Amino acid sequence: MKYLLQRIAFYLFTAWAAITLNFFIPRMVPGDPVQALITKYQGQLSSQAIDSLYVLFGLDKDKSVWEEYVDYWSQLLHGDLGLSFTFFPTPVSEIISTSLPWTLLLVGITTIISFFLGTGLGVLAGWRRGSWADGLLPVTTFLSSVPYFWLGIIAIYLLTGPDSFFPSSGGFDNGLVPAWDQYFIPNALKHSLLPALTILISSVSGWILSMRNMMVTVASEDYITVAHAKGLSDRRVAMSYAARNALLPNVSGFALSLGFIVGGTLLVEIVFSYPGIGFQLFQALGAQDYPLMQGVFLIITISVLVANLIADVAYLLLDPRTRKEG
Amino acid sequence: MSKPVLEIRNLNVEYGLGDQAVRAVRDVNLTLHRGEVLGLAGESGSGKSTLAYGMTRLLPPPGVITGGQVLYHPEQGEAYDVLGLSDRDLRAFRWAETAIVFQGAMNSLNPVHKISTQLTDVLRAHRPEMSEAACNDRAREMLKLVGIAADRMDAYPHQLSGGMRQRVMIGMALILQPQVVIMDEPTTALDVVMQRQILSQLIELRERLGFSVVFITHDLSLLVEFSNRIAIMYGGRIVEEAPAAAIYRDSLHPYSKGLLGSFPALRGPRRELTGIPGSPPDLKGMPSGCSFHPRCPKAFDPCSGNIPVLGRPDTPDGPTRSVACWLHPTEQPVG
Amino acid sequence: MTIPTSSIEQVIPGQGSMAQPESGKPAKAKRQRFRFVTNKKAATGLIMLSIYVLFAIIGPWIAPYEPDARSNDLIQSPSGAHWLGTTHLGQDVFSQLLVGTRSVMFVGFVAGIVATVLSVIIGVTAGYLGGKTDEGLSALSNVFLVIPALPLIIIITSTLESAEDWLIALVIGLTSWSWNARVLRAQTLSLRRRDFVDAARATGEKTWRVIVFELMPNLTAVIASGFVGTVIFAVLSEITLAFIGVTSSTTWNWGTILFWAQGQQALAQEAWWWFIPAGLAIALLGTALSLINFGIDEFVSPRLRSVGKTKIKTVDGRTVRMRIGFTPVLSNSPAPHTQASPTPVVRKEVTQ
Repeated sequence: MKYLLQRIAFYLFTAWAAITLNFFIPRMVPGDPVQALITKYQGQLSSQAIDSLYVLFGLDKDKSVWEEYVDYWSQLLHGDLGLSFTFFPTPVSEIISTSLPWTLLLVGITTIISFFLGTGLGVLAGWRRGSWADGLLPVTTFLSSVPYFWLGIIAIYLLTGPDSFFPSSGGFDNGLVPAWDQYFIPNALKHSLLPALTILISSVSGWILSMRNMMVTVASEDYITVAHAKGLSDRRVAMSYAARNALLPNVSGFALSLGFIVGGTLLVEIVFSYPGIGFQLFQALGAQDYPLMQGVFLIITISVLVANLIADVAYLLLDPRTRKEG
Repeated sequence: MSKPVLEIRNLNVEYGLGDQAVRAVRDVNLTLHRGEVLGLAGESGSGKSTLAYGMTRLLPPPGVITGGQVLYHPEQGEAYDVLGLSDRDLRAFRWAETAIVFQGAMNSLNPVHKISTQLTDVLRAHRPEMSEAACNDRAREMLKLVGIAADRMDAYPHQLSGGMRQRVMIGMALILQPQVVIMDEPTTALDVVMQRQILSQLIELRERLGFSVVFITHDLSLLVEFSNRIAIMYGGRIVEEAPAAAIYRDSLHPYSKGLLGSFPALRGPRRELTGIPGSPPDLKGMPSGCSFHPRCPKAFDPCSGNIPVLGRPDTPDGPTRSVACWLHPTEQPVG
Repeated sequence: MTIPTSSIEQVIPGQGSMAQPESGKPAKAKRQRFRFVTNKKAATGLIMLSIYVLFAIIGPWIAPYEPDARSNDLIQSPSGAHWLGTTHLGQDVFSQLLVGTRSVMFVGFVAGIVATVLSVIIGVTAGYLGGKTDEGLSALSNVFLVIPALPLIIIITSTLESAEDWLIALVIGLTSWSWNARVLRAQTLSLRRRDFVDAARATGEKTWRVIVFELMPNLTAVIASGFVGTVIFAVLSEITLAFIGVTSSTTWNWGTILFWAQGQQALAQEAWWWFIPAGLAIALLGTALSLINFGIDEFVSPRLRSVGKTKIKTVDGRTVRMRIGFTPVLSNSPAPHTQASPTPVVRKEVTQ
């Protein structure tokens, strides 16, 4: 338990650091792009919305940094991330709450599939060295060097078109209304196939390679020799002894590379105009919509931290050595 | 002397292939008899562990067995060559007939599984007909046998001390009642008191259960105390083999003498510790003739030119022992 | 706040074994460094990389057109005049690609150097000094590690007024050092316990001398691998930034080409020459750098080398595979290999 508490404390600390970073970045910007936008929307903004933006971007020159910081936190804790300029006058929090599920489902599910698939193939490649699975390695090296978004472009170029099964953009057909019904769900699934495939192809190779290397390293441990000496079946030695131990560093690696993976997958959303967080970030960038950008960054960071915590719990369940009391 | 249980004939083990191959075990002949403790001694690099891993085919790449036989005599039926078994038969043979206790008990147990799982998975692999309950009973029984409370069944390896882990390994080795138990430096990682405790327990178990032991260590004084016969290896060959007492009282090979001189005896009169000058030979560039001759205080003409054959020496107890040394030329080679 | 040491060494998949590099003795380092080049993967990667470096230097001079120069050949497929076709403004894609190489390599290397210097300072200091310093620095690198780097870089660059190459390189370098710092810290920790470091400290060497002369030579492989990894990341990040239009769309890099291709519906117009070459250039550069890193990994931990020969022929002509747990038996004839002199071998009779 102490381990878990330590980890939670660390993630809280990191969340604090990220939020503080988010607080300072706009304050270091030369010029006042936000001020300009406020001026532009002068008549349409309520005084409350203007106050909120002042706090978020440090436009109030009379306050000390500390006072601003306190205000910033109290505003965040009330869920107020300001108003979006791209989708004026929708609050940022509302945009995020509608687009987050799309990202969580697409990126979350594909990342998990990719991890398991890659780990499985890595077990094969590492256990049967010199077999066909080793032939995968050069291919996967190349694929892992391809930027996610470019692979997405190629996928659209090759696989979509007027007659194709795959839609080239969006999360669902225009005529549909998001709902849990028999019209919307299959349509949304169809739209997510190609982005999911893109993420899968470019991310799976990393897992194959790292798991293969861990298998090779673990295979020379004494307990593997003992397992062979015990006359256990090849399958049992490979899975219950080698793979089971090789999985541990791969899980902690999974947690730590989430930040990198998420960055890449956001780009896939952009290429496919998939209605998730990444696509919103892209639109915010185009319109210099700072409140939305900041909100998206915060929500991405917090999601990654939560995912990290989940991976830590998984590690805790997998490794009895961290489970010991004390 | 009783019947043989394991006969190694001209076993050759190499590391690597082709030109770069290093011969680690050279034409080794060794017989383990039913119920005896055979000690195998030598410095590191002498090939003693390679021999143990080679005869069980557990040597990791790039090790290869380039020749020889390992004949196993089951209690009933014909002897067969372990090196000729198919993978399937070898799996069935392993642990059921010869079990191994490895060097460094710390890493021999899988850190992520409970002790009980690691004890019972042997039973599941070899005795698929046994019920879950029967497997657990047997595992508990083995723990009791080696003096570990049955409530440690659910413990993980990291929760046990080094001595306890090695006991678990011994219990695990005996779970299928094998004929042969090979112990590769089983106690080097433990303190001296623990070493003796575990070895005494092992000898007592052997008397009760009747298995044979191949005991590999660099500590000759331990062997003198705990084994019936001792074989001494140098440069991948056996240079002397004799009853333990004979090795201790009057070893014939200068290398055995040197090895004895480098350990304090725990019993008997005090001796001066001498050690052996020089270092073990490089397997890649073995000296010609007797590989020990560059370090041998008694080397003379023939030593550098010809390899001495392992044979019966010309001494009163000659028929019970063998040595490969030009000081004791022989007309009766063994092999 | 820090993660237990045991798991830190496992942090980098496939590099856990780096904590015990087999190249332990400093004296051997030189000869082994030379051997590294003979590693096939590393050599291939280095050759590919040097071609890129060459184009980064001479690209702008040998480019047949100005990358911005418009012409009347709008969206032309590849031809003798335009090897890789033209854009919607009649610009030569091949020239854009050549000119863009410099910016990509510049940002990659500068960011790599910045991140490597930072990671060495932070990682080695944390690992060597230990105690509170270590705790603080480790917490810092862990924070940077879990905060998603790319979104952070996007946010920062989008607030910059002029996003020039060196500024982007700096931002990427300043945000992507943490991974390497972690690996270096773990590696330093394990080195610090070694005899030769102890010996140097016992003889009263100054701390900086121990670090520079005793530790650093043994960290070379890890530092190099970290540098190469960061270059890959920096190149991908720069291209991504250009692709989503955060950075200036007038300085050319491969991301800029893709930005215009995407913006001008190159896909819908089937103008494959507009986006495929740039993507391939990125992928091949990434492959080259990955190959170098595999070479370094295998150099540091020989176990990872793909086994040269896995299948061997036995005496009776069967093929067996080298694998753990089942040592191949090439021959099980009981005849001895070397004839011990002088008499032929006779089977020992079992004495009862």
